[in-house]
Amino acid sequence: MTAATPRAETLAPDAETLARDFDEMVARDRRIEPRDWMPDAYRKTMVRQIAQHAHSEIVGMQPEGNWVTRAPSLRRKAILLAKVQDEAGHGLYLYSAAETLGADRADLTRRLITGAQKYSSIFNYPALTFADVGVIGWLVDGAAICNQVPLCRSSYGPYARAMIRICKEESFHQRQGYELLLTMMRGTGAQREMVQDATNRWWWPSLMMFGPPDADSPNTAQSMRWRIKRHTNDELRQRFVDMARSASRFPTRCCAGTPTAATATSARWTGTSSSRSSPATDPATHSASRTAARRTRTGPGFARRRPPTRRGRERHDGEHSALGVAPVRGVPAR
Amino acid sequence: MTESTARSEWPLYEVFLRGKRGLNHVHVGSLHAADATMALHHARDLYTRRNEGVSIWVVRAADITASSPDEKDPFFAPSGDKVYRHPTFYDIPDNVPHI
Repeated sequence: MTAATPRAETLAPDAETLARDFDEMVARDRRIEPRDWMPDAYRKTMVRQIAQHAHSEIVGMQPEGNWVTRAPSLRRKAILLAKVQDEAGHGLYLYSAAETLGADRADLTRRLITGAQKYSSIFNYPALTFADVGVIGWLVDGAAICNQVPLCRSSYGPYARAMIRICKEESFHQRQGYELLLTMMRGTGAQREMVQDATNRWWWPSLMMFGPPDADSPNTAQSMRWRIKRHTNDELRQRFVDMARSASRFPTRCCAGTPTAATATSARWTGTSSSRSSPATDPATHSASRTAARRTRTGPGFARRRPPTRRGRERHDGEHSALGVAPVRGVPAR
Repeated sequence: MTESTARSEWPLYEVFLRGKRGLNHVHVGSLHAADATMALHHARDLYTRRNEGVSIWVVRAADITASSPDEKDPFFAPSGDKVYRHPTFYDIPDNVPHI
């Protein structure tokens, strides 16, 4: 965009005034827009944050993309294709937001390839079975939603707007994953074992998506001041653990009829090995109560226990987690 | 990196969507394309995967002329001191009907 020629009598404000206006604007929860003056450090931090996020979306297509040609049904294949296409779209929304800060798209790609800029290490883990597709949707996209919902209120306007679009779409990602897992949990013992195995492998990497513990996160304070981060890593991680815990109880109830020891585990995040338990169900319990499971599966009780579905417009006002888990608070209604 | 250099020379297009009939086109983001037709196709693929629009405008970002981003832009000063343009400026007795 080109600016209209400023009128001759307009005096350029000095740096101090600009900095004060910027701080005031952020403190009043107003959005910073691309052509506003901003501190160099803010610009640099935003470019880094947005680029890392964009790279993660692009690299994130790979583990699941591997399963597109091997999806077990046309329905699952269509869903997976749509999901992977969404990830590409998210990357593009974000590169577009980064460009408003003066970043060059080709340059960002070059930095990704040379390793000068990072992406989320979660995508370095392989997706070994089709159950991984479900667990990635439920846990990895679920963790991403926890992280991203507060970013819909980022002080940087283009990033916040991109995040709103992304969060709406992530909701589909999480739901298709959870539905896939529910289907497998209603299947054979081997399928349930696949679900448990995939959950065990992805649970800890999902927790690591929230970054280092607060005590080891030196940039948090500045990021909170700039309102480009709204909650600390540990707050978000705890929120995710609580959500995953509630959601993991559901297949247990509908398939086995009784809660298992695994779901009764204390889910308080402590960062120590005492909390090292997977939130998913114990397959042994399921095979032991196969008869009960079958009865529950086919009985009317199962239909009643399905998580609430919302047809039509996806909402982004704090109800991403429509999987029978606690809603995420703090998203602006628009 | 010849390919990426060529790619980066594709101009930036800003994308505007009409969500449904009766609404204005609204800016939704930007993308790169070799020409306007390609920009429209890319905009459809990128911004309307879920029926978000019934009409798309694309315009070269370089062709947009914008006012200064300053909130206190003197450009908008002429409307700042004309309170009589607002209906609330006028005192009307409460019991006057239909005003």
